[in-house]
Amino acid sequence: MAIIIDETKKVIVQGITGREGRARTRLMREFGTNVVGGCTPGKGGQEVEGIPVYDTVAEVVDASGGIDVSVVFVPARLVKGAAVEAFEAGVKLVMLVPDRVPLWDAMAIAECGAANDAEFIGPNTLGVISPGRAVIGMIGGRADSAKQWFNEPIQGKTVGVMSRSGGMSSSCGYYLSRAGLGISTICHVGGDSVLGLTFPEVALKFQDDAETEAIVLFGEIGGSMEERLAELMQAGRITKPVVAYIGGKAAKEGTRFSHAGAIIEGDRGTHAGKVRAITEAGGVVVDGFGDLPEAACAALGVAVEANR
Amino acid sequence: MARLHEYQGKALLAARGLRIPAGDAVRTAEQAHDAASSLGGKVVLKVQAWITGRKAKGGVLFASSPDEAEAAAAQLLRMRFGNFPVEEVLVEELLDISHELFVSLTIDDAAQAPMLLLDCEGGSGIEDRADSVARIPISVSEGIDRGRVLAVLAESSIPSAAHEALADAIAAIVQTAGDIEARSLEVNPLVVLADGSVCAADCRVTIDDYAVFRHPELGIEIARELDHPATALESVAYRLEQEDHRGTFYFAQLPTEGWESTKGLIGFHGAGGGGSMMSMDAVTNEGYTLANFCDTSGNPSAAKVYRAARVILSQQGLTGYFGSGSGVASQEQFHSAYGLAKAFNELGMTLPVVVRLGGNAEDRAVDILEDACRDLPAAVEGYRKDDTPAFCAERFSALMENASGGASGELTRRVPDWVGGDAEAFPIEGGHVWIDIERCNREITAKLGEWSSGILKDGGEGTPVLACDEETAAKSDSEFIACEIECLRAGHPVLFVDLPIAGIDCPQEVC
Repeated sequence: MAIIIDETKKVIVQGITGREGRARTRLMREFGTNVVGGCTPGKGGQEVEGIPVYDTVAEVVDASGGIDVSVVFVPARLVKGAAVEAFEAGVKLVMLVPDRVPLWDAMAIAECGAANDAEFIGPNTLGVISPGRAVIGMIGGRADSAKQWFNEPIQGKTVGVMSRSGGMSSSCGYYLSRAGLGISTICHVGGDSVLGLTFPEVALKFQDDAETEAIVLFGEIGGSMEERLAELMQAGRITKPVVAYIGGKAAKEGTRFSHAGAIIEGDRGTHAGKVRAITEAGGVVVDGFGDLPEAACAALGVAVEANR
Repeated sequence: MARLHEYQGKALLAARGLRIPAGDAVRTAEQAHDAASSLGGKVVLKVQAWITGRKAKGGVLFASSPDEAEAAAAQLLRMRFGNFPVEEVLVEELLDISHELFVSLTIDDAAQAPMLLLDCEGGSGIEDRADSVARIPISVSEGIDRGRVLAVLAESSIPSAAHEALADAIAAIVQTAGDIEARSLEVNPLVVLADGSVCAADCRVTIDDYAVFRHPELGIEIARELDHPATALESVAYRLEQEDHRGTFYFAQLPTEGWESTKGLIGFHGAGGGGSMMSMDAVTNEGYTLANFCDTSGNPSAAKVYRAARVILSQQGLTGYFGSGSGVASQEQFHSAYGLAKAFNELGMTLPVVVRLGGNAEDRAVDILEDACRDLPAAVEGYRKDDTPAFCAERFSALMENASGGASGELTRRVPDWVGGDAEAFPIEGGHVWIDIERCNREITAKLGEWSSGILKDGGEGTPVLACDEETAAKSDSEFIACEIECLRAGHPVLFVDLPIAGIDCPQEVC
């Protein structure tokens, strides 16, 4: 199992001929992702890494006999058009990697996705990786690193990871693996204010995943996704153990530290409010990031393995 | 997020058909006198400042004559809120208000849509009535459902004669927010006047930073969230970011009052939002004061990291330099190492440096950084993903305790003496590459080809020439930086990448 992505899913890349598209297609392929095609307007007929390139999403979908996921690597201002094209071509899961996508574009994408009964991840996501199976986006950067950094699922010791920080997605996966845990899937939901899948939706997928035994998350100040996750826990819809770290304790109201979503507006989205919500819902919130692996092991009732 | 002043927001509403009070934004007390005269004498004066609770803080005054208005304006223009001095005062006609409404458009992350908050009892005490405020979701493509607005109004005590005009006004507010891609737009209050007309009595707008590029009409100079007016260095950093879209470079200066009673004033260089925040905590926990926040991430080029380091080190009074990101970066870390090594070498770095370069190719990155800086007065140490931020901060503390005590104000940029003479130069974006041809031979030139990733080649007799067209070379600043640092490491400093920063190395108009 695993959530969102595995080796059976058929994946295409929009913007496959660009610098990032090309490099990340290689990573995905080498890690085991089933990349069946790509598209860039005007570049139809070319090949990238031996993968056929078409002009439009509709053409790739047609040629591939249907696909599961499209990963978008186009400049930020073109992301809305790319996402809408994918939804209208019938793609049910679209990953939006680029940073700096305008907020109103993200909301238009959400509206179009909902109208087409489709999901999206991002914008501003590093991607999703299911160790031993497949990766979409760019988590790990290089296939050999990704294989070395993240453990495959281990019965009795497997966690699912979700994070609002790209770099910290990898960090969580790496340090949890070093503590001896297995990873079903790592999902970076993205750093922006309006995102497709957020913690509640991803947690529900982990809840339904037979391999995932606990959920580890790297949250941040701003927005409401940690609070909404806590509501699901309170409602009994998430019953697997939840272990969290919430970043941005020292951040001041109104000042932004990098992630557009990590901004406190008024009394909404504060560090204290998020810690309280998750704790009251029965989750464990660690104070230091370094305490996360130990807390995850404790939640699963297994010992920390040192010096792996 | 980029913010607009009240009078700027009101002008946008007026352009979409909403009535706003007659008035003028003024910068001097004399101008306030004139404005009050033309408004008939009785006016309200409001500071134009990005604060909440403006009235309670004394930022709103009433005047019944031009002379009173002049005195009031003089008083308001002396005020200061946080780091912001009051520079403008809005002088407006007095309104004969019969009813106040609270209208606020925000972006709702759960609904993935704009949300209109509407309260027909006005904005005062709104925090305590949060549950009774109507929430109306807005469709990005279709706007607001007028029927729902009218339904909320129908439940209120507002005379029905004003309902259509209010619905029009709310539609105009929603339209404005969409047109300018607002992150929030609040009209508190929206008022019904005694004559039954509707008017926006106040307006607060923030614009989505990522959309500012397509709204030149808003005249926003720096689209960044800051709690102070942009400093000269922040403006320099913002311009650099606009000129180079490879990766992200974010720079903000922090309040440093009282740093002398801490262990030191530190230039901070993060990589990635989450990891940066954690690393800031680690170095703060060791007892240091951070002079700035900085983040270079998203696979930045060596040139971008070089410029970021230069901007950080242009701050006066720094006693150390600490860099750290998530620790397990997907990007190959040697690009950052090259950029940092160039900045430290150019400045003859004297301050202790600790940089956590964990992630892909971390061994190569740490090797480049430490080796290229081996002859500098400063201790420069690189760390990897298995070294925690706390450990790196402790290590930094140890280096700081043994430091000679210099400060960044003493650092000056050094350009090799052979640059500018008979040396060979060709232009690249943002500067020039200089090569000391005299000291090149077949062996060194062969290496230059390798270190520049094939941008240079031996043109015969050991003379380096471009192996690509000039356009490609002009975009290869980062390859040339790698080449410069490798030359340095090998003991053959024959290549120098001259990337002067406007506003630091030369005046804005010269560079």
